[in-house]
Amino acid sequence: MNTDTLNKEAGEMVKMTGQQAVSAALFEAMENDPKVLVFGEDVADREGGGVMGTTRGLSAKFGDLRVRSTPIAEQSIIGAAIGAAMAGYKPVAEIMLMNFTTVAMDMIYNHAAKLRFMSGGQSQVPMVIRTLTGAGFQTAGQHADHLEGWFCHTAGIKVVAPATPADYKGLLLSAIQDPDPVLFIETGKTLFAPGEVSVDQGAIPLGKARVAQEGKDITLVTYSSMTLVCLQAAAELAEAGISAEVIDLRTVSPWDKDAVLASVEKTGRAVVVHEALRSFGPGAEIAATIQEELFGKLKAPVRRLGAPYCAVPFAKALENAYLVQPADVVASAKELCSRG
Amino acid sequence: MSETLANRASPDAAKQLDIFRRMLRIERNDDATRSQIRRGRITAPYYSARGQEVIPSTISSLLTNDDKICTIYRGIHDMVAKDMPLRPLWAEIMGRVDGTCKGKGGPMHLTHPETGVMVTTGIVGSSMPIANGFGWASLLDGTKEVTIAYFGDGASNIGAFHEALNLASVWKLPVIFVCQNNGFAEHTRYENGTSVDFIAKRAIGYGMPGYTVDGNDPFDMYAHAHAAIERARAGEGPTLLECKTFRFMGHVFGDADGYMTKEEKEEAMAKDPLPAFRQKLIDTGIATEEQLADLQAKIEAEVQDAIDFGQASEAPSIDELRRDVFAEEIPA
Repeated sequence: MNTDTLNKEAGEMVKMTGQQAVSAALFEAMENDPKVLVFGEDVADREGGGVMGTTRGLSAKFGDLRVRSTPIAEQSIIGAAIGAAMAGYKPVAEIMLMNFTTVAMDMIYNHAAKLRFMSGGQSQVPMVIRTLTGAGFQTAGQHADHLEGWFCHTAGIKVVAPATPADYKGLLLSAIQDPDPVLFIETGKTLFAPGEVSVDQGAIPLGKARVAQEGKDITLVTYSSMTLVCLQAAAELAEAGISAEVIDLRTVSPWDKDAVLASVEKTGRAVVVHEALRSFGPGAEIAATIQEELFGKLKAPVRRLGAPYCAVPFAKALENAYLVQPADVVASAKELCSRG
Repeated sequence: MSETLANRASPDAAKQLDIFRRMLRIERNDDATRSQIRRGRITAPYYSARGQEVIPSTISSLLTNDDKICTIYRGIHDMVAKDMPLRPLWAEIMGRVDGTCKGKGGPMHLTHPETGVMVTTGIVGSSMPIANGFGWASLLDGTKEVTIAYFGDGASNIGAFHEALNLASVWKLPVIFVCQNNGFAEHTRYENGTSVDFIAKRAIGYGMPGYTVDGNDPFDMYAHAHAAIERARAGEGPTLLECKTFRFMGHVFGDADGYMTKEEKEEAMAKDPLPAFRQKLIDTGIATEEQLADLQAKIEAEVQDAIDFGQASEAPSIDELRRDVFAEEIPA
C-alpha cells in the first residue's frame, strides 16, 4: 500500500497508478470487513503478491487463510468463490487474464450469475472477479481479449471497467460490497497510468457513468482503456473546433442509459468506442438504444468503433491497426459533425 | 478398489431405523413423482434415483442441518435424505410460487439452505468446485461443518472433478466427494467412458483417501461415510467415496433403457436395497412389521400433503422475471 497517504490531510489529492489504487482498495476493504477474501493464482506474498504485484502485502497483513494463492485451475477458483460467497464471505477472486475466464465460464455463467434467480432469491453470490486484459503489449490472440460482451449478455453479473486510478479504487470498493457478482476489468493501459486520487477516496456507485469531458457537438461513449483514446481524440477535435463530450460508462452492465441519453440528446451525435470486437459488441446495444430512444433528435447516424472481426494479432503493425486509435475517433467524429 | 478401512463404525438400532426412514421417504416420494408425471401434473424432465436410496440416507444420518450438500439434477433423493421439507419441494417441481425457489428453478435447481441443500446443478461435475467454497468457509469460520459434493460416475471424467479434488486436497478442505456410481453416464456404460476400473483409485492422484463402497449396503456405507465425515470434521481433509449402485429407472423418466440388457436390469433390481433392509430390520428385531407399516403410512401422508400443497399453489407472477436477477429488482 501507498503509506504516504497516511500522513495526508482528508481530501488531499495524491498521485497514484490504477494498480496502487486497486491495492489500496483491497487493503481498505479487508481491513474494514473481515468477510473479504482475496485469492487467485500467485496472489499471496510467498508467490510475489501477484504477477503484477497488485496484491503484495495482503497475505502478510491478513493471513494465509484470507489471502490464498491457488493452483492454475480457474474453474476451481471461481467455484470456491461461489461457495464462500454463498456462505457469507465476500471473495475477490483474481483470474489473471480475461482470456482465462473462458475455462471457468460454466462456473461464471451457469452458477455465479444465475444462482440467485434459480433459487428464487435464497442464494446470494457477492463476489468479485478481478481480471486483466487489453491489446497493445504484443501478447497476441489468447492474452488480450476484451470479452465483456459475453458477460454483459449474461443476466445476473455486473461488469465494471474503470479508466482512472480514482475509479479503480472507488469502483472496486463498491464491487466488493455489492450483493451480486461483479466482473472487474483491469487493463494494462489504465492500470499503470498515474492519476490524482483523493486520500479518502470512497466507494463510487456502480451503474453510474462519468462525464470525463464536457462538450456540446458530439458525444463519445466509451469505457476502460478507450476512455484515454477518446480523451486524446477530444483534445484533437477541440483544435479543429469540435466540442466533444466524453462519457466514461465505468459500469458496462448495467449501463447508465440516463447519462448517455441525456448527453446525446444535447449533442445530437454519438460515437460508441470500445476495444472489444465491433461485431456484436456492447457498442451495438448502446447504439441501438440511442437510436430507439432519440431517433427524431439525432443529427447523424450513431457510429460504432471497435476491433475488427479477427483474433488479437501479434505483429506490431497489425496490433496498431487492430486497436481503435485517436485518429479513428477523430475521423468518425468529424464525418458526423459534417452532417446536419 | 483402492483402500480398506481400518476402523469400521457400525450404525446402532436407532441409526438403522433412521437410515431406513430416509430411504423409505425417498422411495415413496419418487414413486409419487412418477405417478404425478403420468397424470400430467408435472411436465418437467425427471431423473429418478430409485435404487440409490442407501447412499444419501446413510450419509445424512451422520449430518446436521448445518452440514451442507451440493448436488446434481439426479439429486432429489439427496435432498429428501437431508430432510428437506416436501411441501416447498413439490410446489417447486410443479412450477408454483410456493416452491422453494418460487417456481424459478425447478427440479434441477432445488435449493433449501435451512436444511443445507445449498446448490443443485444441472451441469455434470459442477457441484464439486462450489462445495470447496463452502468447505473453505467452514475453515474460516472455525466450525466443524462438512460439505458433501454429490455427483455421478460420469462426472468423474469432467475437468471440474479433477480441479476440485486437487484444490480440496491442497487446502485440506472438509469436503466429502461422494460419487454415486450407477454404472452409466447417461447412456454410456461405465467402462466405455472411464479409464480406471474403480473411480476411488483416482483419489490416489490427489493425495486423499479413496474407497469403493457397496452403495446398496447401509452398513458398508455407514462405516465409510463415518470415517470420511470424522476425518473432515477433524480438519484432516477430504475423502473420495465411490458408492456402487444402480439406477432402476434409466437416465430420464421414460427412458427405454436400450443400452442395457433386460437380464442385467432385472438382476440389479433383484438386489433392491429397500425391501432387503426392511426385512433385515424386522429379522434383527430393530423394528416390527407394524412399526414399519406405520412409518410408511406417515410418509405417504406427508407426500400426499405435499402434492396437495403444490397443486393448490399458484403460478408465479410474471413480475418474478425482474426479481432475483440482482438483489435489487429490475425496474419494469
